[in-house]
Amino acid sequence: MAEKIIVDGRGSFCPGPLMELIVALKSAQVGDVLEVLSTDKGSANDIPEWLNKVGHEYISTTESDGVWHITLRKAK
Amino acid sequence: MKKILIVGGGMGGTILANNLARRLTNELKTGKVRITMLSASEKHMYQPGLLYLAVGKITPDELYRDQASLLEPGIEFFVDPVEEFKLDNNQVKTKSGKTFDYDYMAIATGSRMFPEGIPGMVEGAETFYTEDTALKMFKRLQSFEGGKVVITVGVPHKCPMAPLEITFMLHDYFKDRGLADKVQLHYTYPIGRVHSLENVAKWAAPEMDKLGIKYDTFFNIKEVDAKNKILRSEEGVDLKYDLLITIPSHKGMEVVEKNGLGQNGWIPTNRTKLNMEGRDNVFILGDTTNIPISKAGSTAHFEADTLGENLAAIVKMGMPVREYDGKVFCFIECGKDRATYAMFDYKNPPDPKAPTKAVHWFKMAYNKLYWISARGLL
Repeated sequence: MAEKIIVDGRGSFCPGPLMELIVALKSAQVGDVLEVLSTDKGSANDIPEWLNKVGHEYISTTESDGVWHITLRKAK
Repeated sequence: MKKILIVGGGMGGTILANNLARRLTNELKTGKVRITMLSASEKHMYQPGLLYLAVGKITPDELYRDQASLLEPGIEFFVDPVEEFKLDNNQVKTKSGKTFDYDYMAIATGSRMFPEGIPGMVEGAETFYTEDTALKMFKRLQSFEGGKVVITVGVPHKCPMAPLEITFMLHDYFKDRGLADKVQLHYTYPIGRVHSLENVAKWAAPEMDKLGIKYDTFFNIKEVDAKNKILRSEEGVDLKYDLLITIPSHKGMEVVEKNGLGQNGWIPTNRTKLNMEGRDNVFILGDTTNIPISKAGSTAHFEADTLGENLAAIVKMGMPVREYDGKVFCFIECGKDRATYAMFDYKNPPDPKAPTKAVHWFKMAYNKLYWISARGLL
């Protein structure tokens, strides 16, 4: 299995973690697993919401020391 | 002698060169340091001016100065773009076939719009990220007599305020032409609010409501059906348009990709030290980095300030003196005669105030002051 792709959006107010994820997904392959790191707690809501709208697979969200880790799989 | 090579003559490269030349005046005079800049153009463009060109507020000649005229004495300047980076040998090879050695190198080659990445975008949309496209957009606006104008945003893009600025400026442009009742502006944005900065979005959405500007969020461009004038999103929404204006997605420069320095032309960069990951004597500035902050002249400016101070300190005492804190300052034009600004860094979000005429006029002044800024004096 390919290594997880880390999208490090910590400290990014602009463009922000979701926009960084959108960029990373363009280069990823279908089936790749990505993990977004975010210091914005809003990411825990808006990233899964967007994944649901666009049709990628949301896997999980965890939080550790103020960093949210959102994991997903590129589905299309 | 320490050789400092700067690749790229845009905002970041120019500020860095001038900053270094002033900090290392004695070292330059005594031959202890050499500062060399390699650029692809003899002209320096004020890129934020393209926004104004697109709505007829400035003319193309106001965008340019001779690059050599912006540089401090003592800086060697060659219009000879780099084609090959030989990082293991501390060398670059240029278009003319020359080889330049360096002890320290800064790469600040910028970014380019990439509308070709979206099917139908080049044929179907207007944009303003080059002189030619901005002029073409203005001509199209001048002949537009009414209908639905869709403003759509690709990712990643240069100048994060441009989507809002062009939308508000178009509102006033059409109002001034007496077309306010005949034009419907419709804005789309890739994430779940109208701007990536939450506080900016909180201000901008009610402003759009007040002005009658419609908007769709979570809208990522999939394709443009230019024949039938339909914009389609990855999220499954179709939008009909009469005039489509895009903030196109961007890539780094081709030379970066060709040399394998970074995917899509973005070079992996340490976010506080600004060195290329895995290289201690190669530094990256501005749009060229992969740091997750705004691709904007302001970012390049503050990074160049930091790097100039650090490189001069490295030459003088063998070590850098400070870290880049992620500082960005962006004006936000909110129409033809009012503006605000957003200032933020890695730890502190912006808190934009209500737009005022005073900030707009300061921005207009900055459009001229930029040339002092490029010289590293502001």
